[in-house]
Amino acid sequence: MARTLITAPSSARRGEAVTLRVLLQHPMESGFRVGADGGLLPRDIVRRFSCSWNGERVIAVELFPAIAANPYLEFSALALDGGTLDFVWEGDHGFQHREQRSISVA
Amino acid sequence: MKAWALALLALVGLAAMAQPLPDGRRSGFEFMGESTQAMQRDDALNPGMLWVLEGESAWSQPVGAEGRSCAGCHGDARRSMRGVAARYPAFDAALQRPVDLRQRIAGCRQKLQPQAIAPGDEPLGLALEAFVAFQSRGLPMAPPADPRLAPARERGRQLFQQRLGQLDLACSDCHEAMAGRRLGGSPIPQAHPTGYPIYRLEWQGLGSLKRRLRACLSGVRAEPFAWGAPQWIELELYLAWRARGMLLESPAVRP
Repeated sequence: MARTLITAPSSARRGEAVTLRVLLQHPMESGFRVGADGGLLPRDIVRRFSCSWNGERVIAVELFPAIAANPYLEFSALALDGGTLDFVWEGDHGFQHREQRSISVA
Repeated sequence: MKAWALALLALVGLAAMAQPLPDGRRSGFEFMGESTQAMQRDDALNPGMLWVLEGESAWSQPVGAEGRSCAGCHGDARRSMRGVAARYPAFDAALQRPVDLRQRIAGCRQKLQPQAIAPGDEPLGLALEAFVAFQSRGLPMAPPADPRLAPARERGRQLFQQRLGQLDLACSDCHEAMAGRRLGGSPIPQAHPTGYPIYRLEWQGLGSLKRRLRACLSGVRAEPFAWGAPQWIELELYLAWRARGMLLESPAVRP
């Protein structure tokens, strides 16, 4: 099971830019490394990450084999309405992981 | 209205976690680059915290026929496990030999749950060790003055100074005589085990002190001891004593 560390405020002032930070536990196996048996280890990476705020896309990221294991991303978004933050990671072999956080805006 | 985003890179600068001691002993933290230091200081950035979280859920997860969890006996780890990691390796009265933190946890789980933890760096043992060690972060290393540990610690000291492998190098040849200088492009630290288990960038994962010592042994082209060999604990005992009073950083980040 994938683990995540998400740093997001639970409340914000309207119009404030909030910083969102996400860290996902994932091996990001590049597909170029050789295993103990001499064969290539099959690629297993996270390919897409996206974050939406009340269903509206805030950021969409493509990830590639050269990115290190346990990818960390930091971005910011303008707090306009309170609601739900939706974080989604998708990757090879049907990997999908979703996390949600609620945020209130005053 | 539109929510919009701006990807940005920011490093949070907090006060340094480790300070050099007046006797010149310095944590490996001080030999690292600024960006790696920033990664360790910030828990939202430190990937070692993922294992700490995993250990936290394993701590309260009931296992075995009787459904026992670590929390069932030890309660809140933030209180019960505070300072524990700083005292290990310690003498195990039942086994009549010194054990490190991982062996202590594995022994406890084996006896009471029962659930076997495989030797070597397997995920459950690492996660629990990281979680327990995390409770002692910021506390000084306090190796026990138990006289039963003295012979093993002395053997550890001898091992530290014994030349090994095809390169015929002792630990002390690099980590004492050459500490602060460079091997290839990398600074040679003083080999204080203050941050284990560590998230090592080279490993892209968390690893134990034993794994680090194995890497050093194969580095001097010596054959590493077997996983359960007493030599590891003897070295760990000596290293812990050498680093007494230095602050624990678990889970540390190292290059």
